Amino acid sequence: MKNKINEAHEAGEVFSDDSQESNRKIVVPGEIIVTGEDYLPGEGTRRDGDNIVSIKFGLAEESGRVVRIIPIFGAFIPRRSNVVVGRITDITYSGWLVDIDSAFSAFLSIEEFPKYINRNEMEQYLAIGDVISAKIWTLKNKNIDLTLKGKGLGKLESGFIFRIIPSRVPRVIGREGSMVNLIKERTGCNIVVGQNGWIWVSGQSLDSEIKARKAIEFVAGKVYVSGLTELVESWFMEAENGS
Amino acid sequence: MAVKRSDGRKPNELRPIIAKIGVVPNADGSALFAFGDTIAIAAVYGPRQLHPQHMQNPSKGVLRCNYDLLSFSVYDRKKPGPSRRSQEISKVTEWALIPAVYLEQFPNSVIDVQIYILQADAGTRTAGINAASMALAHAGIPMRDLVCSLAVGKLDKEIVVDITKEEEDFEDGEGATDLAIAKLANSDEFSLLQMDGKIQPELFNNALKAGAEACSKIYEVQKKALKEAINTLGSDE
Repeated sequence: MKNKINEAHEAGEVFSDDSQESNRKIVVPGEIIVTGEDYLPGEGTRRDGDNIVSIKFGLAEESGRVVRIIPIFGAFIPRRSNVVVGRITDITYSGWLVDIDSAFSAFLSIEEFPKYINRNEMEQYLAIGDVISAKIWTLKNKNIDLTLKGKGLGKLESGFIFRIIPSRVPRVIGREGSMVNLIKERTGCNIVVGQNGWIWVSGQSLDSEIKARKAIEFVAGKVYVSGLTELVESWFMEAENGS
Repeated sequence: MAVKRSDGRKPNELRPIIAKIGVVPNADGSALFAFGDTIAIAAVYGPRQLHPQHMQNPSKGVLRCNYDLLSFSVYDRKKPGPSRRSQEISKVTEWALIPAVYLEQFPNSVIDVQIYILQADAGTRTAGINAASMALAHAGIPMRDLVCSLAVGKLDKEIVVDITKEEEDFEDGEGATDLAIAKLANSDEFSLLQMDGKIQPELFNNALKAGAEACSKIYEVQKKALKEAINTLGSDE
């Protein structure tokens, strides 16, 4: 179970974070980040004459010639192959409508369920209010189509879900899932992190679940520090000594 | 003889400014902005799905602003609910902000901006625009620039910036003129120009220039507030 979920994380990861602190600076929209013909405008920036100008509030990062913005705040912008955690809001003739906390609700077709389902029995597999982890497989204008075919995807039973700011998700996952694995090990909980900022936690006891939630919220609150892994280790030490 | 301002400010001096982001944790972005005794808070929700559906625009998103005074913000209780005045200000706020926002990235969606005035002492629409522009940035909305706004005034023959309610009611000589402006911080584009009162055409450019200078001061405050918010996120919480 653990491994399956890890693979789902890696597939959905947009960029890895942590340890690569290099030269980041905080920028606001309209601020000139760098000047020079050599630079290329990446995500969250635009070119204005010789200058690369930010169009978002966040951390500017230069990787080689490309300058881009790492957002720190903001709503979830869906992308292809993102793994998200969502909640079934409706059952239609040919599939389920899923709330994934984006501008538009997503659709999960009956064909994208891992096994054949009779149309009359849809409710037995996924009922309104059920929580799933799914992957975005197409994105057309206002249609978001989900699939459950893939490792680590499917209905999430027991446990609970909570929300963090979606742009903090890469931090919580860490490099190749290192951060979320650390939290899983230390709390013994199963955790699924959706790119939309919804996080599902399920463990042996409520105490361990709450501990996992607090750890995740701790990580999500630290956006501008390096060596986060050590910090989380010491946070766990403190929490264990405290209780 | 130049007019003396009752609070002893110089003609180009602003009231003390307070700017802060993240004041409404439930919202995607929020900010507080205060010019002296005028306090505005703004909260941004979205981009999210727009209802009713017939208002959706498949080529670009919709920015929806709602400005209002809280009932205790003024001396005589303001009757709650939309009024002719608040509807007008909601609309001009929307127009002041739209040039700064990349709405074409959010087809069929809406960005909701709610602005409330906690305490009013003239210049409420401008404080609201400043707060809204910071809240939009905080919400991670792609923007061309931040929007800075303030009210320039003319007291008798003297051009002053950031007038208070007391100065707005000035009656000596030529009386008071209230010119509300909003400007994109890093360009010379103005997105709001409203005037109450009279001004000589040759003085108008001076007033705009004084306003633009004061806007750059406001921009520095907004920038600082946004940047400090990230620094505090890193160190402790």
